[in-house]
Amino acid sequence: MTDATASGLPDARPQGSSSLLQQDALMKRRNAAEARFKFYGIAAISVSLVTLCVMLWTIFSDGVSAFRQASLELTVTLDAERLDPQGDRSLESLSKVTTIGYGNLLTAALNDYMAERNISVEGVSPKQVGEFISRDAPARLRNMVLADPELIGQTIRFGAFASGRIDGYMKGRVTMASAALDSNITPEQLQLADRLIEAGVLKSAFNWRFLTNPDASDQRPESAGLGIAIIGSLYMMFLVAIMVLPIGVAASIYLEEFAPKNKWTDIIEVNISNLAAVPSIVYGILGLAIFINFAKLPASAPIVGALVLTLMTLPTIIIATRASLRAVPPSIRDAALGVGASKMQTVFHHVLPLAAPGIMTGTILGLASALGETAPLLLIGMVAFVANYPSSPLEGGFFDPATALPVQVYSWASRSDPAFIERSSGAIIVLLAFLLVMNILAIVLRRRFERRW
Amino acid sequence: MNLMKFTVSALAIAAVSATAAAARDNVQVTGSSTVLPYSTIVAEAFGENFDFPTPVVEGGGSGAGRAKMCEGVGPNTVDIANSSSRITQRDIDTCAANGVTEIMEVRFGYDGIVFASDVNGPEFNFTPADIYNALASQVVKDGALTANTHAQWAEFNPALPAQDILVLSPGTKHGTREVFDERVIIAGCKETGAHALFLAVVAGDDDSAKNRAANGECTKLRTDGRNVDIDGDYTETLQRLDNDKNAVGVFGLSFYQNNTDKLRVATMNGVVPSTETIAAGDYPVSRPLYFYVKTAHLDVIPGLKEYVEFFVSDDMAGPDGPLAQYGLVSDPELAATQAAVAARTPMGPLN
Repeated sequence: MTDATASGLPDARPQGSSSLLQQDALMKRRNAAEARFKFYGIAAISVSLVTLCVMLWTIFSDGVSAFRQASLELTVTLDAERLDPQGDRSLESLSKVTTIGYGNLLTAALNDYMAERNISVEGVSPKQVGEFISRDAPARLRNMVLADPELIGQTIRFGAFASGRIDGYMKGRVTMASAALDSNITPEQLQLADRLIEAGVLKSAFNWRFLTNPDASDQRPESAGLGIAIIGSLYMMFLVAIMVLPIGVAASIYLEEFAPKNKWTDIIEVNISNLAAVPSIVYGILGLAIFINFAKLPASAPIVGALVLTLMTLPTIIIATRASLRAVPPSIRDAALGVGASKMQTVFHHVLPLAAPGIMTGTILGLASALGETAPLLLIGMVAFVANYPSSPLEGGFFDPATALPVQVYSWASRSDPAFIERSSGAIIVLLAFLLVMNILAIVLRRRFERRW
Repeated sequence: MNLMKFTVSALAIAAVSATAAAARDNVQVTGSSTVLPYSTIVAEAFGENFDFPTPVVEGGGSGAGRAKMCEGVGPNTVDIANSSSRITQRDIDTCAANGVTEIMEVRFGYDGIVFASDVNGPEFNFTPADIYNALASQVVKDGALTANTHAQWAEFNPALPAQDILVLSPGTKHGTREVFDERVIIAGCKETGAHALFLAVVAGDDDSAKNRAANGECTKLRTDGRNVDIDGDYTETLQRLDNDKNAVGVFGLSFYQNNTDKLRVATMNGVVPSTETIAAGDYPVSRPLYFYVKTAHLDVIPGLKEYVEFFVSDDMAGPDGPLAQYGLVSDPELAATQAAVAARTPMGPLN
């Protein structure tokens, strides 16, 4: 910092008693003040950078493991006697066999495999071996069989997720010491897990299903995924974009270019600025009252979430749009009007295209903040357990129950199984990736199309 | 304007699809966050084994859930309210005013509330009197009520460790707080004799009013930082406990069972909390869990009847079912509940 004193600031004092080379007391004080201010600035930036780093580090150290998942490669014989007691292969009689039956089949398959290979650990009962297999595996196997009854009687390879504690062991979250105290797993089971890893049955791999699976209940953290939350968020962003752009742009153009400057427009302007600062939960309360209780729209649906988020982002978009309309120099308007364009032609042929990059940037940033919003969604029922994918938009998918990314983070963070903590951080990483993409898009648009005057 | 055409067509699609979505084909459940995990486990298994879509389950609190259920009848309102405390007369009145005249009450099991501390800390063997002595704003000393100045557990019970008192108790908005007050604090108040002393000083028209006032005095907890109300969920309590190893936290039994590697559970009156001791009635701090079904929806919403029957079936709520594995104390009178559900018996007046 000391070299800052040598920077040659022009001496403001009229007297010629000092020179740049020989500094008097006042000059020294002024230079010191500048050096101090620079230091404060750097300190402020460092504090925010360190906070960001700590935050990112905690999120990533907790969350990266959510993208890997241990699974078991099983060879399962789909015993016709067990899966189709009637023997007629009809869907009706097949669906009588519940997931409990399929679970027993998988447990038997793993036990048989271990007996064949002579893998055993003292003190692990066949039932405890069954606890290695995720509870979602029987359901997936059952759906496979129901979709293709021809499979019955065949021997197939089936990849089943390992249960949350085994997965945690492979990620280092569960240890022999913690297993001794844990009522859900024993150290012997972990020894068996070691043997299964050696045998190559138990493997850990990148887990795409974390991004595609629906949410799962507290008993099967390993199969919980973000599929529905991502679809819900995308639906909402799409709807917000198509609602907020026309309304926001129309309102701003009118206010900026056509509206007379009087008391009423002043009041509207103040209100828009105020609405931009209203806490988002208020919009949730409003949404519950208007869209669900009055308009009778279904709860937990992306359409309601989108309407609420539209109301929330609208003021921000209007402010950003007006700023970029104002940034178009008046000479453009004057020139257009001068060659005989009407006011409307001036705006739509000249001003709006020039302001478009700024409008797009503002809209994307507004959407990004809407994407990360949880509070208003709490009240309209989107913080829910939803296990069925919403249908496509053409089949009324906007009205089907769904969740959203930030909401999934919130609901996983309060689950009791420790495996959900990593899932919650994993969901934050996905959300951050979405936000990053949107922000980069905004920057690219601005860089490529913005014109400086 | 390409954008304009795009917008108009998108809105048209949305309008068309609105008509398609008018009838609801999934069951909607809301209410207590304590019941939420049980409800999701059942909903998930239901979706897997039946041809109906998986019910949508929301949390948010018992009171809020019951209020939502009482908003009226129709596909736009929820079908089931989960509740960790019994419905109140006020809720029933609101329901009736909004046309929800018949409600089916289903008690599907019990939930234990446990005290637990850091797994590496000393062992605690509490009685309700110990908790009262540690937390109440006024305690009995030499036969008179004085302000609570206890700083360490060993001060009033030499059997407890000489460790600073810090209890993370459930916040007042939790259903858990009600049970905590009733089964621990008031019980301890009576054990220590403070209740009798309060009775002598409080004003009231008759005995029951005086009793209520004395109970109110008992449940006033100290505010000098030794008792911390946690308004969040159990994960927050666990985090606080992780930061301050001296603390004793209040958890649900199922939460404790999923985190036994981090928590050491305290006994109450010498009884270790478990599904068995709670079912036998030995462990004193437990409460029934309910859900309330709008009977008018039973034949309207597809899958509702099946979901309710599946929930109380032995496969789910029975002593060997997945709910019991997760920490639910199975209801010994489950068979009676199943019969009531099958017969669609609406609940009578509160007693």
